[in-house]
Amino acid sequence: MSTIQPKLGEPVFDELALVQAAKGGDVAAFEELVRRYDRNVFRIAQHITQNREDAEDVVQDAFLKAYGNLHQFQGQSKFYTWLVRIAVNEALMKLRRRRPERTVSLDEDVKTEEDSLPREVADWSPNPEQQYNQAELRDILARTVQGLPTSFRTVFVLRDVEGLSTEETAEALELSIPAVKSRLLRARLQLRERLSRYFQRRESANGGTKHESGDGHK
Amino acid sequence: MKCSEFLQELTNYLDGAIDDRTKAELEDHLAWCHNCYVVCDTTKKTIEIYRDSQLYELPEDLRTRLRSAIVSKCHAKKKAGPERI
Repeated sequence: MSTIQPKLGEPVFDELALVQAAKGGDVAAFEELVRRYDRNVFRIAQHITQNREDAEDVVQDAFLKAYGNLHQFQGQSKFYTWLVRIAVNEALMKLRRRRPERTVSLDEDVKTEEDSLPREVADWSPNPEQQYNQAELRDILARTVQGLPTSFRTVFVLRDVEGLSTEETAEALELSIPAVKSRLLRARLQLRERLSRYFQRRESANGGTKHESGDGHK
Repeated sequence: MKCSEFLQELTNYLDGAIDDRTKAELEDHLAWCHNCYVVCDTTKKTIEIYRDSQLYELPEDLRTRLRSAIVSKCHAKKKAGPERI
């Protein structure tokens, strides 16, 4: 068997060749698949489990499960979509183990008060993310997305962070397309609502310059 | 078009998954409804901020460690034969 040495970022068409080689026992080919998608799997796992150690375990478990079950991958979907499906299931299992008191299901269709019309309609600053340093911003974003119900959070991370299509997200999560769309809409609106308190335009600027009407000169 | 109808279509609008006629109706609504304009604009920013955030990046040292663990277990499995992991 010839050795396959694809470079990072190579187009998807040779992915099937990698999968075929890995099925045939070429671990180097599988390692290349790991290299392509480990960051994505880690991000998805951390978003779902909200725990760093669990996310590390999910990366290992998901890839090993994929390797052990490559013969079941028929090539009808992208390898990545198939892998995401395995990773999401592993992550949900971790979450259930950690929070046995709460039901964790992608089928939950949570009705929350925030499903009503948006309440916060103040405009944001032109570059809202620049109001905070990188660490503060990441903290705000992490805490905000963590507050979403699991099913909303998972759909949001696959669609909007990882860039899967609606159809791929539906396939990876075994949900219908309308269910994906409904959860995505509500996830986006809830995140927007919650981020508004950090990012909305402030009348008096942060940096010490005050915009006051009238004659403030001394 | 009511604001609630606009919101129902917001995700399709932002994803470009609507026909031209619905798109024109939504944009008519946006032209006069400031609240929906703000909600639409800030929802778009929400998505962009998360997309660009590099939240939960996998550190390179951890990445290497995880990958070698996966690869060595794959080799072990290959030796052990075709049973499932």
